[in-house]
Amino acid sequence: MPRLIKNGAVLSDEQWQAANPDADAAGPGSIATLSQWEALGDKQDSAVQLEPGDGVEALLPHLDELALVAVNFPVFTDGRGFSYARELRERGYRGELRAVGGFIRDQLHYLSRCGFDAFQLADESQLEEAVASLGDFSEHYQAAIDQPLPLFRRRA
Amino acid sequence: MYVYDEYDQRIIDERVAQFRDQTQRYLAGKITEEQFLPLRLQNGLYVQRLAPMMRIAVPYGLLNSKQLRKVAHITRQYDKGYAHISTRQNIQLNWPLLEEVPDILEELASVQMHAVQTSGNCIRNTTTDQFAGVARDELEDPRPYCEIIRQWSTFHPEFAFLPRKFKIAVCASEEDRAAIHAHDIGIELVPNASGEIGFKVLAGGGLGRTPVIGSVVNEWLDKQHLLTYLEAILRVYNQHGRRDNKFKARIKILVKAMGIEAFREAVEKEWAALKDGPSTLTGEEIARAKSFFTDPAYGTIDGAASESALQAQATAEPIFGNWLKRNTVAHRVPGYQAVTVSLKQTGQAPGDITDVQLELLADLADQYSFGEIRSTHQQNMVLADVRQQDLYPLWQSLQKAGLATANIGYLTDVICCPGGDYCSLANAKSIPVAEAIQARFDDMDYVYDLGPLELNISGCMNACGHHHIGHIGILGVDKKGQEFYQVSLGGSQAKDASLGKILGPSFKQEDMPDVMAKILNTYVDLRGEEETFLDTYRRVGIDPFKERVYAKAD
Repeated sequence: MPRLIKNGAVLSDEQWQAANPDADAAGPGSIATLSQWEALGDKQDSAVQLEPGDGVEALLPHLDELALVAVNFPVFTDGRGFSYARELRERGYRGELRAVGGFIRDQLHYLSRCGFDAFQLADESQLEEAVASLGDFSEHYQAAIDQPLPLFRRRA
Repeated sequence: MYVYDEYDQRIIDERVAQFRDQTQRYLAGKITEEQFLPLRLQNGLYVQRLAPMMRIAVPYGLLNSKQLRKVAHITRQYDKGYAHISTRQNIQLNWPLLEEVPDILEELASVQMHAVQTSGNCIRNTTTDQFAGVARDELEDPRPYCEIIRQWSTFHPEFAFLPRKFKIAVCASEEDRAAIHAHDIGIELVPNASGEIGFKVLAGGGLGRTPVIGSVVNEWLDKQHLLTYLEAILRVYNQHGRRDNKFKARIKILVKAMGIEAFREAVEKEWAALKDGPSTLTGEEIARAKSFFTDPAYGTIDGAASESALQAQATAEPIFGNWLKRNTVAHRVPGYQAVTVSLKQTGQAPGDITDVQLELLADLADQYSFGEIRSTHQQNMVLADVRQQDLYPLWQSLQKAGLATANIGYLTDVICCPGGDYCSLANAKSIPVAEAIQARFDDMDYVYDLGPLELNISGCMNACGHHHIGHIGILGVDKKGQEFYQVSLGGSQAKDASLGKILGPSFKQEDMPDVMAKILNTYVDLRGEEETFLDTYRRVGIDPFKERVYAKAD
């Protein structure tokens, strides 16, 4: 049962199993790879995991049906997932958006600004301490998912 | 210049606290070396050959005297009493201690400075013309737009882990003094058919291993769309730029691979979703940005009288007259002139400046130039608003401090990276080559006779010394563990930008002054009336130079 940070608190995920790319199809309650997910007949309340290079295009017609989108960061320096998150949120996705893989604590703030609301850090022992990094900045110049108005539209 | 309000200050203070915490966790072993790397890079901290190197941001090259004094203090307190002006108009320290960097950042924040995103795979410091706001050939002051871009790109959450570094330059003048064709994004202020000023947007230019001149993505963009359009370009690059090979990861490779048409189409598609959204610039925001770049309190001066008095001084003291001719340029306001402070005295590493010189410049800026000073991508400094009647005493002060070498735009005004003396990426030293050439060509009459000549030296492929766009470029290469130097000719950073062509096999360091002499003699022999080095090269091509340089001794 993976532990993760969700909506600012540490909790255990009892609902979703990690994706298994070797399986022919995603089992019930497991996160599907993109190709497994595309093969699903019924996408209602489904969960899918994007890898770098997948893009968000295939998901766009089904945003209302998805319960969870996980975005994998095989290495923390690969920033494609930041754009995936923003695009999904900007196109109207409201379900859980979970960062998984090798991202690091010091990216939490930017990830959350891009629309992620759940963070499954590789090192579970760091979760409690890591929550603090979500609040690294209290003000921002640009618009993002957490604050759709840029500072120049809000400056007093 | 731009002045922080409480929002700007809070953002920068929170950054200092964040990096202090990160540094402490790193020193406590809670962050791995690999994880700490991008964190420190995005705070300007490189690890060099001898010590960490710290790159302090100078947004679009603009500083005030208080900031300059703070930098002088920092070089004394935390470093070895000197700083280096980089080709991105930034300031580099060569010897800070990692443990003390959070303190340095805190000192910088106290004068509205920082080291944000001066390194790493993120959007870097936006650069522009060092004569912005005072140049006669300027359409509009580019700095308000630079500041708008600075704010947008600072801690942009989506674009902090790009495939590679990303550099933006803005130019608004007839002569391109910002090298916009050699940037990931180049922005030029241009009028459309009805005379309204907007932006021409170029993408995919860059130097480094594969030098490319930028392609036009948008011929004219309405000002209000600046940020959404930049966001669209960055989004295409972040998702599709190559990440498998660091040498093919810059946007220039993506633009080449897709072709400019397909790239433009991809940008337009992303832009369609962002256009007219909340990041669309408002008239109020543009006006707010512009309000920081209004005219200082210029005096009303009789231009003709001032000019003739100045010429009388120049005639009476020819050394002053010579400096005036070489190191100052016309100002759009009568009775004023812009002064370039040369950091290219022979015997001093190009672009280096001591704590004492920094403090002197701060005083001179206060006394003669409304307290402001600028750094240039040619690694000099500029006092942009000097009254003509003050030029003589200013020159006297500069001369005493070794800051009045009358060589701006000439052979000995070398652009040069720190090279193998400092940088761990370098294949070869660059400073000794610059110094050897400066020492060899110490006859200034000869140097002036050669006319405008840009000599750019890089110690490796990363091209921090911009060797591809020097009229003469020198690149340090490693040949079986030995340092060699490859020469290229015909590069240009001007509007008619071009990339230099390699002359032939590389040379040993000690041969470089002779090689330069042969190249220069070839030019002198072949040049036509009033022809510059670049003109002659473009007319005769590389062969005559090649023949002379590689001719066997009889």
